[in-house]
This record gives sequence, structure tokens and C-alpha cells, in this order.
Amino acid sequence: MENVNPFVILFASIFTSNMILANFLGMCSFIAVSKEIKTSLGLGQAVTFVLTGTTIINYLVYHHVLVPFGLEYLRFIVFIITIAAFVQLVEMVVERYLPNLYYSLGIFLPLITVNCAILGVSLFMVIRDYTFIQSVAFGFGSGLGWLLAILAMSGIRQKIKKAPIPKGLEGAGITLFITGLMALAFIGFSGIVQIQ
Amino acid sequence: MNTILTTILIITGITTTLALLLTLANTYIADYGERKIRINKDKEFIVEGGNTLLSSLIENEIYLPSACGGKGSCGYCKCAINEGGGPVLPTELSYLTEDDMKNNVRLSCQVKVKADMEIQIAEDLLNVKQFEAIVEKTEDLTSTIKLLRLKITDGQEIEFKAGQYVQLLAPPYPGSPDEVFRAYSIASSPNNKGYIDLIIGYVPDGLLTTYVHKHLSEGDEILFNGPFGDFYLQDCEEDAILVAVGTGMAPIRSILFEMLNKKIDRNTIFFFGAKTPEDLFLLDEMTMFEKELPRFKFVPTLSRAPEESQWKGEEGRVTDAMMKFLEKKEGREAYLCGSAPMIDSTVKTLVERAFADNKIYYDKFD
Repeated sequence: MENVNPFVILFASIFTSNMILANFLGMCSFIAVSKEIKTSLGLGQAVTFVLTGTTIINYLVYHHVLVPFGLEYLRFIVFIITIAAFVQLVEMVVERYLPNLYYSLGIFLPLITVNCAILGVSLFMVIRDYTFIQSVAFGFGSGLGWLLAILAMSGIRQKIKKAPIPKGLEGAGITLFITGLMALAFIGFSGIVQIQ
Repeated sequence: MNTILTTILIITGITTTLALLLTLANTYIADYGERKIRINKDKEFIVEGGNTLLSSLIENEIYLPSACGGKGSCGYCKCAINEGGGPVLPTELSYLTEDDMKNNVRLSCQVKVKADMEIQIAEDLLNVKQFEAIVEKTEDLTSTIKLLRLKITDGQEIEFKAGQYVQLLAPPYPGSPDEVFRAYSIASSPNNKGYIDLIIGYVPDGLLTTYVHKHLSEGDEILFNGPFGDFYLQDCEEDAILVAVGTGMAPIRSILFEMLNKKIDRNTIFFFGAKTPEDLFLLDEMTMFEKELPRFKFVPTLSRAPEESQWKGEEGRVTDAMMKFLEKKEGREAYLCGSAPMIDSTVKTLVERAFADNKIYYDKFD
């Protein structure tokens, strides 16, 4: 994919190939933490940061360790281990040196370890054969896209708090319905650019 | 063969590098040095920084109640942190009331000791001790409920009020890799300071109940701490209603012993709910209490009495029996122990029978 401009990838991963609305990855934390705008913003920022960081590390590990030894098939396990260790390390550093950031964002870091979007982005990066700069743009853009989607969802959920929703649809049910509608709305962007 | 070797080497290399990085970070970044904790402007001790306040207090033999063992899901381990606690964490928010926030009350299992702290703990809790004990007796009360007698072996004596509870510690065992604390009401008389009785029901997959029912036997050593709780027999002359279902019998039994010890002659009626006749227990003791306490009455109620059992007592839920026995009258106290739905429906029934809200005391368990 050497001919695609990184800015196009950045734009596409936010809007047309949004991790949640186009790929439905990272749904569990998306549904669980989208009740309030403030917490959604914290989680979204943390996801963006971890996505960018792990995409960079996984790119380096994949191309400089796994590929030279012909061990590409190990990418699943290696990516998962890297993500887990990176999140732990970041949590310790943020807790120690950036206490204010820790109180608003650090609390969500352990939750992100099990977010499928993080692993998904690293795997897509390999499947689509991105260059380093393209991978960074893709990781960062996917994080921003996830942040945009969860912010939009929490805004909608705050608005419908007092709406007369049928009992069985409250909580996760209505959230999935709205996610579906949001995904349909985002299809509107798909004519602009595609990266799949 | 080469592929296998390279795979093992690469995976080992990557994991070792990451583990090394994490260990170094843990040693240098997560090391907060020694910190000072001052309690009630009086006691002071030095702890290793970086751990949670709850575990630092436990290390110094101060035991806050914590039914979930510090996992942040029970909300019991509250204490006021006047200095050094940092901002309230999102994980604490759902357990703190507005009053708690105003008074700097926090969940001690969520707050880490990173700075010197000034905290406030109820004086009662400073008297909470850890006890070493051996299992003196286990007795099957029903097929799923055991009575456990724990004899204190470390030379201490336990002082508690009838109705209070202790936290029992299960060490790691096959199927449960960590230590677990769980809360159980004391079922014995406060006059016995050398041992406590507990009534423990088996909960499938319950970490502590499985330990008690499947791994613990007479003569085994066990640790517990306590006493905790503000559910206890009040000093009052009014008529009393006692209500319990299943293992909720425990604190009520302790209360009845206390009434017997102090020769408290109050109009008292005890509604006990079970499913079938096989689920009833300690009936001899109840008969004894009825004999010794002149104005005490025991009313067992069965919700699923089989037709062939020829059960002649009350049928239905305890609330049904209460409606039958209690007329609408003011000036009475109620002591309830059981599951949340049982307590909620009983409180509703009692309020309908003119009980005052502030005279209904309960011990609710999940």
C-alpha cells in the first residue's frame, strides 16, 4: 500500500473505516463506558494513546524480529503480549509522573488491554502491508475514530436518558440499535475514500 | 526442527525482554518509598508506599470491613482521608454518597498510599483484631448448611455485640489461587469470649463456602478478624420482631442468647423462613428459648412444604406469616437478616404494620 497517502489513511480510519462503526471492534468497552461524556472522553483518549503506541511497537517487532526469522505466524501471540506489557508499563509511568492524567485517564488503561480494536489495528496493519508512517497514521486515526464514535454515543445516551425506552431494550440493547444507526449514517462518508 | 527452535527462542526472547522491562519499572518507577500514615491524629506508622491503603492498614493490624477482600465491589472499607488521598477516583464514585464526599470519605481499597496520609477511622474499628483459631466442631445443620465452632487459640478474647459479624479468611486452595475474606455473622452468645459459632451455607462456586464445606475439617487452623457491624440488639423495652431466612438465623441466634443471658423479658416473636421441613434447623434450641424466655415465640414458615410431609405450621413466605400474626400497632422494633429481596419485602410489610423506619434494623447479604 505504498501509494496511499498517510493523510488519506488517517482520514479514512476516522470516518469511512471507523473501528467501531465499520468493523465493530472494541464493542464491549464501547457499550459499557458510553454512559457519560466525561468518562467516554477519558477512555477514548486512553484508547487513542494506546492504539498509537502499540501500533508503532508492533510494527517494529513484526518487521524487525518476526519477518527476518520467517515467524510471521506468531504475530497473534506476540502482538497480544506486547499490548499487555505496554499497557502495564504506561500505567506505571502515568501513575508515577503524571498524577493528574492518571486520575482522568489511567484508571481506564487496564480496561484497554482487552479492547479488540487494539489487536485489530495491529493485525490490519500487517494484512494491508502498511509502511511505518502509514501504520502510525492508521493507529492514531483509528484511535481518533474510536474516540469520535464513543463520544457521539455517550452524547446520544445522555440525551435519551429520560426517553420512554421499552424495558427490555434499556442499556446495551438500545446502545446496539443506536450503534447500527450511527454505522448507517457513517456509510455516507464511504464515497469519499476507501482503504479496505 | 530449526523452525521450532527459532520460535521458542524468539518467543522466549520477547517475553523475557518485556518481563525484564516490567520488573525494572516495578522496582524503580512504582517504588514510592516509605510513607507515614497518621490515624485519628493519634497513632502513626510507616508503610511501604505504592500499596493500597486497605492492605497497608491490614499489615499494621487495623482491619476495616471488606467483604469483597479489596476488589472494590462491596463499598465497606470506607474511611476519611483528610490529607494525602488525591482526587476521588472514578471507581469510587458509585459507592460514595454526597455526605461521604463532603467528609473526605474514600474507599480504602482503591486509594494507593503515595504520599503521607492523615486518616480518620471509627474508634470501634480500631478495636477490631485478628484471631487465630482452630475448628473445634463442624456440624451439618441441613444438607447445605454447616455450623462451625472456632476456638480462639492465640490467647485473646473476643468482645462483640449480639448481631455483629466477623471476616473469615480462606487461604489459597485448589481452585482458588488467592486468599479470600468473607463476612459471616456470629451465631454464638457474646458471653462466650473464647470461641465463636458461624452458620455457613454452601454456595456453588462460592470461594469461601466451598473452602468451608469441602476443605475444612475439625482441628484445622483458621484466621478471622472482627467484630464489625452496627446491626445488634438495642437496649430497649419495646416488643421485638425477629425475622430470618436460612443462614440469616446466625445473628438472631446470638441475639436470643443475649436475651437469655441478660434475662431480657420482651414480647418477642421470631419468624424463620425455609423451603421444606428438611431446611429447618436448631429446632431444639428454639424450643429451649421458648421455655426460658417467657414471652418468646418461634414461628417457622415453609414456602414449599410437600403435601406428604404433613406440615402443620405456617406455609408461604415469612411475610405471609407476619401479616397473619402482627396487628397494626406502633412502638415495636424489628431485627431482620437475610437476602436483599427478602429484607426489602419484609421492610415493606413491617411498614404496612406501622413499624417506624428507624426501628427496623437489618443485616442484608447477597
